[in-house]
Amino acid sequence: MAARRRSLLMLLPLLLSHFLSLAAAFQSDELLLHDDDEFEGTRVSSTPSPRPPSTPPVVSSRRRSADATQAAGASESNTAQFTLEHDLGAGLGFAPAGSFSARLKSSAHGSQTLTKLRFTRNELTEDEKNAFKKLLEEDSFYTIRLPSNVLDPTRNDYIYSSIKARCIPRDSLDEHIVIHMDGVNILAVNYGSVGGCQYPRPMKVPSKWTFNSYTILKTADQAPRTPSFVEQLIETESGLGEVMKPPEKSFWAKYWMYIIPLGLIVMNAVTAAANIPEEQAGGQGQAPAQRAPIAAPRRR
Amino acid sequence: MAPPPRRLLLVLLGFLAAASLATLAAAVYEDQVGLADWHQKYIGKVKQAVYHTQKSGRRRVVVLTEENVIASLDLRSGDIFWRHVIEKNNPIDQLSLSAGKYVVTLSSGGSILRAWNLPDGQMIWETNIQTSTSSKSLLHVLSNSKVVKDNLVLVLAGQWIYAVSSIDGVISWGKEFTLDGLEIKQVVQSPENDIVYVVGIAGSSKLAVYQLNAKTGEIVKDAQESLPDGLCGEILLGSSNVLVALDETRSALFIVEFKGESISYNKVQISEFVQDFSGTVKLLPLMSNGIIALQSSSTVSLLKLKGMDGLEVIHSFDQPASVSDALTITEKYEAFAVVQHVGSQIEFIVKVTSDLTNEIIREKVDIDQHRGSVHKVFLNNYVRTDKSHGFRALVVMEDHSILLIQQGAVVWSREDGLASIVDVMASELPVEKDGVSVADVEHNLFEWLKGHVLKLKGTLMLASVDELAAIQALRVRSSEKNKMTRDHNGFRKLLIVLTKAGKVVALHTGDGRIIWSNLLPSLRASKSGEMPSALRIYQWQVPHHRVMRENPSILVVGRSGASSVAPGVLCVLDSYSGEELNSRSFDHSVAQIIPLTLKDSSEQRLHLIVDSNSNAHLYPRSLDALNSFISEMSNQYFYSVDIQKNAIRGYSLQKSCDFNSDDTYCFSTKLLWSIIFPSDAERISVSEARKMNEVVHTQAKIIADQDVMYKYLSKNLIFVATVSPNAAGEIGSAAPEEASLVAYLIDAVSGRILHRVTHHGAQGPVHAVVSENWVVYHYFNLRAHRFEIAVIEIYDQSRADNKDVLKLILGKHNLSAPMTSYSRPEVMVKSQSYFFTHSVKAMAVTQTAKGITSKQLLIGTIGDQVLALDKRFLDPRRSLNPTQQEKEEGIIPLTDSLPIIPQSYVTHTLQVEALRGIVSIPAKLESTTLVFTYGVDLFYTRLAPSRTYDSLTDEFSYALLLITIVALVAALFVTWIWSEKKELRDKWR
Repeated sequence: MAARRRSLLMLLPLLLSHFLSLAAAFQSDELLLHDDDEFEGTRVSSTPSPRPPSTPPVVSSRRRSADATQAAGASESNTAQFTLEHDLGAGLGFAPAGSFSARLKSSAHGSQTLTKLRFTRNELTEDEKNAFKKLLEEDSFYTIRLPSNVLDPTRNDYIYSSIKARCIPRDSLDEHIVIHMDGVNILAVNYGSVGGCQYPRPMKVPSKWTFNSYTILKTADQAPRTPSFVEQLIETESGLGEVMKPPEKSFWAKYWMYIIPLGLIVMNAVTAAANIPEEQAGGQGQAPAQRAPIAAPRRR
Repeated sequence: MAPPPRRLLLVLLGFLAAASLATLAAAVYEDQVGLADWHQKYIGKVKQAVYHTQKSGRRRVVVLTEENVIASLDLRSGDIFWRHVIEKNNPIDQLSLSAGKYVVTLSSGGSILRAWNLPDGQMIWETNIQTSTSSKSLLHVLSNSKVVKDNLVLVLAGQWIYAVSSIDGVISWGKEFTLDGLEIKQVVQSPENDIVYVVGIAGSSKLAVYQLNAKTGEIVKDAQESLPDGLCGEILLGSSNVLVALDETRSALFIVEFKGESISYNKVQISEFVQDFSGTVKLLPLMSNGIIALQSSSTVSLLKLKGMDGLEVIHSFDQPASVSDALTITEKYEAFAVVQHVGSQIEFIVKVTSDLTNEIIREKVDIDQHRGSVHKVFLNNYVRTDKSHGFRALVVMEDHSILLIQQGAVVWSREDGLASIVDVMASELPVEKDGVSVADVEHNLFEWLKGHVLKLKGTLMLASVDELAAIQALRVRSSEKNKMTRDHNGFRKLLIVLTKAGKVVALHTGDGRIIWSNLLPSLRASKSGEMPSALRIYQWQVPHHRVMRENPSILVVGRSGASSVAPGVLCVLDSYSGEELNSRSFDHSVAQIIPLTLKDSSEQRLHLIVDSNSNAHLYPRSLDALNSFISEMSNQYFYSVDIQKNAIRGYSLQKSCDFNSDDTYCFSTKLLWSIIFPSDAERISVSEARKMNEVVHTQAKIIADQDVMYKYLSKNLIFVATVSPNAAGEIGSAAPEEASLVAYLIDAVSGRILHRVTHHGAQGPVHAVVSENWVVYHYFNLRAHRFEIAVIEIYDQSRADNKDVLKLILGKHNLSAPMTSYSRPEVMVKSQSYFFTHSVKAMAVTQTAKGITSKQLLIGTIGDQVLALDKRFLDPRRSLNPTQQEKEEGIIPLTDSLPIIPQSYVTHTLQVEALRGIVSIPAKLESTTLVFTYGVDLFYTRLAPSRTYDSLTDEFSYALLLITIVALVAALFVTWIWSEKKELRDKWR
């Protein structure tokens, strides 16, 4: 449920970008707006099923023609492929485990970005299954790696990511790959399970030995710009801006510090005053008693 | 029924108490300066010293130090008259006096010449000089004012020679020598006429000698000669026409004679005349009357030139010894000094160049054992009361301290090693024991008795002036803030600092005095000339319940050489006395030191030292430590930031080393994750992590609408900022379009990037501080042409549902679930950036004992001051018009820039020159934190970010309170008697 909601959320920027590109349809730099998180959460079966490239929504003739030219350009060499390799421990080293394919987009500035990433997992061989079982038993790490540059895999730099093998199995093997890109360079890959991975990791052997892969491509966010109030300051200084008046306080809020001592003094005065009449009353009460010597003892 | 006056008095008391508490203030008042803070001025290791001339009548010395400071010191007390700390990117190479009233300095590879007024240090003029290369430059002041009126100063750099008037800094002539690759090595002025000899080397073996007219710069004569073997570049002028040069192998000397335009030379092997010659050789600049000094690794030899034939050893001193420059006293009378070690003393010898067998002075001087060997000597003479010549010398020691020696005693000393602090930590003082005198810790019984006798003398008015001063010193030492014991508030501590020279010094926080110091033997320069480097200092053992009687100890880690692959060394010191308890050298290098949270049975803290081959070594090496480590090993991770390769890597540990499987204390590592930044777009500028010992009081934050936000509190959070390579240089070197800064928040265990944000048009230098769940970083915004400070706060969304009280009561929450980095965190990030006026040198955050007190950022500004800025100003939730609830919560309306309130300067009027670091140490009192700032200067103070809400201030009038209470009690009593009497009277009526 949560994953679905998330995928919907991920779709949102996509739709939004399309919507925005509609607004700016006369500009040909809508490619930039595509730079947002693009992903294709595909449930990949063991045989790669070629999917038709998602057709862009038909919004305007201008838009379509722009896309068409782009598609024409793309048909030559605008796909990039790179392999995911994994290490199942036991000194086997890294072996190919799947492949990514994506479309390359070049922006007006000449920089290239990846989009429409698709991931195909190879089926695990029997040996690999056994190795994976061993990893599960030992509670050790399952490590994957990707080339650091998508276009130039000969550079021999790899980006690694690992997770405790016990985090992956559910019914099948669920994995979640977040690839952080900068142009055609892969900065980092975050490999993990789809859900959480609670700490005492129980040993669990999956019933199905197929991978359920979710991949996300991420690029950097833009920092919000520092607010600038220079104009407003000038406005207020020149007297154009209204001076904010402090809200009127209630009578009690304004004068409580005077009222309370006053109240205390009044209270004191009242109690004192109450005592004096009592005394006087007592004095008056006693006066006749003195006159009458056989009066009853005064009660107090 | 209570009598009315009682109630009134109670009200009065309440008012009184409120009034006394309301007088607390945030800033320091003028008369409070120096009560809790101290400031110490230093200059660093002296590399050149020039004395005022005898005629000027001022007993001062002008020094140039390795910390790029020029200072004028009082020769009588060692106090600083004036001082200039020049920026590191403008290094001063040479210092000289001119015309008896200017200090001339040459800096930045011979391109800037400055003159400073001698008495007050004001700059008189500055001249920029065009030089070809950044080679070693020379400064020579023409002394003979008879010939040249203008007091010319010669500047030599590469192929260029300039003559600059020392009166106004005007270049009077400049000349470039045409010989390719010429580098000028030596310049000598002829005493008779205005001819200047200039000696240079072209390539590796070609020697060139020029004679110039000092007035006009014309070449009168020149001569060149190729020597058969290469030269190493060290050349000395033995006498007016004989040169001595060291060859490439540093095992032979060339004696070169030039007569007119012809040059003849002779090669002499050093081993022929120096016995037990070994190691590398250096020529020491002591040349006159044909005497040269030769320094090899075991001896310092004085040699006399015997014409062209060779040299003769006259004296040789065992290392460590040091020879001063020759000092001209009269026309024919030149003296120099040699200082050598004799047992625990140093011997100060003054000789005359004309007669080497004779000694004018031979004195033995007692010095402190923790100063190491003599590095440099600067000789000065004075006229004694009996009109004879007296000598004194400034001696620079191995620990960078300087001493003035005169009449067989150390007149004063300066601990200038403290100008180059590498690392700081705080240590507790001993607990005050009942029955045992404090004196037990500080000094022995005899001194204690002496102190009491002194005090007695003082009270009986028998004490002399010196004794009065001693009594005063005793009083200061035993006053409350300077005691050598732990106090209730935790204000008294030891600041243990590690200096570049490998000396560990403990300073008292009360007044900054040195409690103990120890120049670590394993970090001292070896005979082979390897310069060890001190790295870090850690807490090694804090005695707790089981080993309560032992003293706490500290760990110092260093390298035995300058390179990063040099084997490491480790020392354990007692933190009360500074004694070395244990030291060992590793067979592996030190790349990273990871203090673990584990302890062994003797309360020693476990440390993991990672070498350059990514193997981890466990210390201390005890079975006990090993067992406790292995049980926790699967949960130990570490990361490394590789700035060269532009990558961050995370590792876990595995049993057994790769290369040495027998070593059970060695662990191999497994690479778990890596982040590689594309080197054409990003370069790592800074990486920061949370302080290991930081305490967080609450994991939730209640915001205005009674909602709860959970902080994402992970000890493994690291912040990394990268800048585009174009923008890595100085501000202004890149256009806003090509500059950008990317900030990352990374989980160090899984390598997950939690947040990544790009600031376009921003560039470094970046300074960052990470605390609790936030990061604050400082950078330059090229578009706005201003500095900015940005803040990122990170909140945990996975706990956001825990708001229902009923659920919390029934236990249906995940607040106590263990956190694991392998779960995908759901985080929410809030960020904001603000303009800031200053450029920043260092940043830190205040730390308190329980983390309740609000935080302040401590910003070391470009003006070498420390500004305390409330974290509230850097709240990403600030908005233009905060609602009433938000205002109550303490949210400040949004402004575009951060306010700088003059009262919030922690350093008030003082400056911590060349500020490099700020350390905040929590005191026991929650409201207060101790702040120590270091650079060339040291500054310490106490800070209370939310004011001292948990204690009364020093000004609190206890007398008034007491009087009030007494008066109240008396009043109560009186009124009670009155009422009783009245009642009795009433009853009798």
